[in-house]
Amino acid sequence: MSGAFRLAGRGCIDTTRPVVFRFDGQMVRGYAGDTVASALLAEGRHLMGRSFKYHRPRGPVSAGSDEPNALIGVGEGGRYTPNLRATQVEIYGGMVAVSQNRAPSLRFDIGALNTLAAPLLPAGFYYKTFMWPRGFWDKVYEPLIRRAAGLGRAPTAPDPDHYALHYAHCDVLVAGGGPAGLAAALAAGQAGARVILCDENAECGGSLLTDTYSLIDGLPCGEWVVRIVAELQRLPNVQLLTRCSAFNYGPHNMVALNQRLTDHLAMPPTDMPRERIWQVRAREVVLAAGALERVLVFEGNDRPGIMLASAARTYLHRYGVACGRKAIVVTADDAAYRVALDLAEAGMKVAAIADLRPAPGGPLVEAARARGIEVLPATTIQRAHGHLRVTGAELAPVGADGTVGKGRTVSCDLVLMSGGFTPSLHLHSQARGALRFDDALGVYLPGESIERVRSAGSCRGVFALDDVLRDGVAAGLAAAGGETGPVWTVTRQDAPGTGGFAGVLPRRGPGHLALAFVDFQNDVTAKDVKLAVREGFRSIEHVKRYTTTGMATDQGKGSNVNALAIVSNVLGRRPEEIGLTTYRPPYTPVTFGAFAGHARGDQFDPLRLPPMDAWARAQGAVFEDVGLWRRARYFPRAGEDMAMAVARECRAVRAVAGIFDASTLGKIEVAGPDAAEFMNRFYVNAWTKLGVGKCRYGLVCRDSGFVYDDGVVGRIAADRFHVTTTTGGAAGVLNMMEDYLQTEWPDLDVWLTSITEQWAVIALQGPRARDILAPLVDGLDISAGAMPHMALREGTIGGVPMRLFRVSFTGELGYEINVPSSQAQAVWDRVWQAGAAFGLTPYGTEAMHVLRAEKGYLIVGQETDGTMTPGDVGCSWAVSKVKPDFIGKRALALPALNAPDRLQMVGVLTDDPRLVLEEGMQLVPAADSPMPMSAEGHVTSSYFSPALDRSIAIAMVKGGRGRMGTSLYAPSLDGPAVKVMLVDPVFYDPEGARLNG
Amino acid sequence: MVEIAEGCALAGLPPMVRLVVQGRPAALDAAAASLGLDAPPPMLRVASGVGGSALRLGPFELLILPTLEGRAGLDAALAPVPHSLVEVSDRNVGFLLEGARAADILAGLCPLDFALSSFPVGMVTRTLLDKAGAMIWRTDAHSFHVEVWRSFGPYVEAQMREVAKGISFSLLTV
Amino acid sequence: MLLIDCPYCGPRAEIEFAYGGEAHIARPAADVSEVEWSAFLYLRDNTKGVLAERWRHSHGCGRFFNALRDTRTDQFHAFYEIGTPRPDMGGAV
Ligand SMILES: [Zn+2]
Repeated sequence: MSGAFRLAGRGCIDTTRPVVFRFDGQMVRGYAGDTVASALLAEGRHLMGRSFKYHRPRGPVSAGSDEPNALIGVGEGGRYTPNLRATQVEIYGGMVAVSQNRAPSLRFDIGALNTLAAPLLPAGFYYKTFMWPRGFWDKVYEPLIRRAAGLGRAPTAPDPDHYALHYAHCDVLVAGGGPAGLAAALAAGQAGARVILCDENAECGGSLLTDTYSLIDGLPCGEWVVRIVAELQRLPNVQLLTRCSAFNYGPHNMVALNQRLTDHLAMPPTDMPRERIWQVRAREVVLAAGALERVLVFEGNDRPGIMLASAARTYLHRYGVACGRKAIVVTADDAAYRVALDLAEAGMKVAAIADLRPAPGGPLVEAARARGIEVLPATTIQRAHGHLRVTGAELAPVGADGTVGKGRTVSCDLVLMSGGFTPSLHLHSQARGALRFDDALGVYLPGESIERVRSAGSCRGVFALDDVLRDGVAAGLAAAGGETGPVWTVTRQDAPGTGGFAGVLPRRGPGHLALAFVDFQNDVTAKDVKLAVREGFRSIEHVKRYTTTGMATDQGKGSNVNALAIVSNVLGRRPEEIGLTTYRPPYTPVTFGAFAGHARGDQFDPLRLPPMDAWARAQGAVFEDVGLWRRARYFPRAGEDMAMAVARECRAVRAVAGIFDASTLGKIEVAGPDAAEFMNRFYVNAWTKLGVGKCRYGLVCRDSGFVYDDGVVGRIAADRFHVTTTTGGAAGVLNMMEDYLQTEWPDLDVWLTSITEQWAVIALQGPRARDILAPLVDGLDISAGAMPHMALREGTIGGVPMRLFRVSFTGELGYEINVPSSQAQAVWDRVWQAGAAFGLTPYGTEAMHVLRAEKGYLIVGQETDGTMTPGDVGCSWAVSKVKPDFIGKRALALPALNAPDRLQMVGVLTDDPRLVLEEGMQLVPAADSPMPMSAEGHVTSSYFSPALDRSIAIAMVKGGRGRMGTSLYAPSLDGPAVKVMLVDPVFYDPEGARLNG
Repeated sequence: MVEIAEGCALAGLPPMVRLVVQGRPAALDAAAASLGLDAPPPMLRVASGVGGSALRLGPFELLILPTLEGRAGLDAALAPVPHSLVEVSDRNVGFLLEGARAADILAGLCPLDFALSSFPVGMVTRTLLDKAGAMIWRTDAHSFHVEVWRSFGPYVEAQMREVAKGISFSLLTV
Repeated sequence: MLLIDCPYCGPRAEIEFAYGGEAHIARPAADVSEVEWSAFLYLRDNTKGVLAERWRHSHGCGRFFNALRDTRTDQFHAFYEIGTPRPDMGGAV
């Protein structure tokens, strides 16, 4: 046996399989089945971490997920995970674990000087102590506090593991695999329900795994668990999940589970996900979350070697570890007597049981006395001694009037405390369940919930084992709608505990409540909580935030009830008048990797590639993200930077022709007898007179009168329109169309189909566009006379069906060739080859932006921000004056939307033609306007224009159309304000001669 | 077919004609009749006739996968009733996901219940596969016809492969 | 994640749906007063309690429908088609 504190023949560890791991660089020997905590305790070592604020030495308080102190970092490199509970981390050969929050070492930590500074770090210290002098916060106080306080460090290397997500559905989800959960799952499973049972530990059984006294149907508890688990595994309709924590209870019975698959394995199989999140939609949920033993609040209660009584029992029976040689038990509950008896039976010395109750009695108390253990009634623990390990405690008598007399010091290396058991209400509370205070038990119990959820066993205050099993079966049957369930007879058990204590233990004199900890993990003391109340905080929610009690990663599992009792005592009000803070998810911390699941790296978001993406890549294009799309931004040639490439592409379009993949444009087919009527109502434009074979620029407003989207619309047939939207607006426009159609105009016979990805769009723009295209379109006459600007023809191009739009977003003669996506590349190749002789040039989104700005064409979302009317952006011409109604019509008549000082779209020129303004620059009336100054407008688009060989910009300026020729100033962050002149926004070919060529 | 997990294979479906028919009941009746069906399938169900398959994706909407002859008859059948008929053959790409693990793989990306009792053979619906809109049609107990818009194809295929990578390490359904 | 019972498709997870704001707000005719139009655009009750609201099954059948949801608890009391009146829940809600 390795470990001086390991007891031969005890525990469920596999002593034939030794496991060696490292803790803070030292080799530690344990066995398969050990946790880091149990293996260290087996070597007599309690010191496992340093505390958050004061760097106090700390050891494990518990043996499970409620552990506040023994937080460690595990793994190396990208697999390093901080803040894991040593009480839950299963060891494997070669594991590397480190303690946290200490420098240079766990035994000697210079940060522990913080304890001396404790008076400077009282409740609310974040809010007050460091507010003055003001400048000190950034440079002195905050860096100091940040360095001193905190837990583990975050890993910096990429996480090499992968994580999974699984949506599951069941009739009954049982959270917790202790006696109540096992009983509920079996009852529901036998009734035929689809059942999922999850337990956060490596195996099911809960409290039964450490109960060596009770007998069920004559079987020891451990054997009974094995039998029940086997029965559950035989049922095909039951799924058992271990190492799987229910951490979030969402609306409508959607419960999130976190299953840990590889962390306990030395050599996980390749491709095995490290963790899997289960999103379980359950028709019914049974919470069998158990109850957590409460710590006692007394001076020095955080010394290593002071732990919960139930934890010592777990270490003894699960891991065969004696947590010390000589124990003192301090209790207000019978259950700790069973622990004392178990310890004594295992050969440990129990120096005394200090019972806070005046006259403890009953079979357990008698059994302890019979065993020769000294039982001290009406006795408190005045304080614990020791530093890195508890060395003794002063046990003092409590008089009938509550005063504490002089005590005696008893030496020990272990103090076991039991304040009674707090039902675990986290998930019930997350399910928006009410809580009710039970006077008899002195704790909160689950009340009504709006969800289909029920609690069973000790999490609802049922403690006797036979009652727990019956309660579990009843819950399982009720959830599954079953009639009869399994029946077991508990042939031996302890009577349930009576008593319990919450708040600060009785003590003599004022003492050092600054060292009586309520929340170990956040280093919140009884004094902090009292101070918060004294300073006027009455709501428990405010006390929580002011002191940070209950806000650590353990979510107040051990601290909430004690904090509540202290507040209750100071205020002289009953606990139920104080209330309890809201429990928030997660129940236990969950890694970011698990939350990310499959959505990481390249798969974080869908990457949508337009049809000619591969061609653009082969051409060496530089790309940009536009929503989920990746679009070619420009096509640099050797030695070109972006400005040079864009300038060349722009010049090519103006001089010869350019080719551009415009496929990401949103497209909607509007079809049906009422298509024109629908278009009339939806767009600000009039459509009735738009002939078949023609297209028109369309503008969409919201009913607020503000521009929402725009795009060219072509009339394919009397009852059919081919609508285009902006790339980003496609889904929104379709949704808005469906909204009005389904909810306002359901009488219209018209239907909408998204055709964005049916049709690829090849934009061919420039003075030679027609020359390039004409030979390719299978006899279609596209001459200027036959197919003028804003004409639309259906035809074929090399045999491929085509919708050909003569439209231009560049100001040049241009076409948009729509062909089915699967054949787009072939068509593109033909156009490309035909254009080669002319000098056809591919251009990207950047040149597209420059070319349209030269023409003063707006981009919705760039010039507009959701508060611009058509008039503001110079599109009043598009708004029908005769239609009786359309979306936005009434609002466009509101006086505020016609005010003369509205922001209006204008062109802007700098004095220095080389100077390109920053987009977003504010425009003010004078170069030296006094601060604060109000803006007259702002720059929305700004480029260097190759066609004009100078900078150009578009701005939205108050009353801008009436201010042409006047000047404004653009204040700059790094120089004098820039003087600009307001001009017409159409910088190039204002007559449109080129467009109509 | 490529095996992406033990007992589960994924294949891209060949190009096919896809038509969206929308209209009031008379239009859907006419479309169904032209395929040789007595009536349109009920919501979220597929019916197949001599002229092709009709997938009822919405109360006023069918996706039709016609045979060559079925397509020719559709225009004429719909002509007398108000309707919308739009070809979307190239809008979607299809996958075939087959095998004992197929439902589990979809359940890694989609919150639907793929138990046969909840999602029987012959059921079809639009839904989400993680962040991509998708259509799922159960053609057999262990066989799914999945469609997404063309540009989402590579994403959805990669997601199915990613889920498949870890699928064998736990029992996933009850 | 809410479970939303689409009147056409049955219960589905919330991520398939898009929220559509308060229901039963009729779009006035274009000749109403400025005050009435502004109220239509911007004034909502912000109900604490049972709210009639619109949802669209945007990643499903595509239909808009109405629901009664208690904004305090997220519990739904009814789902019903556009164009049908708000169900009378009696004294229940
Ligand atoms: Zn639906």
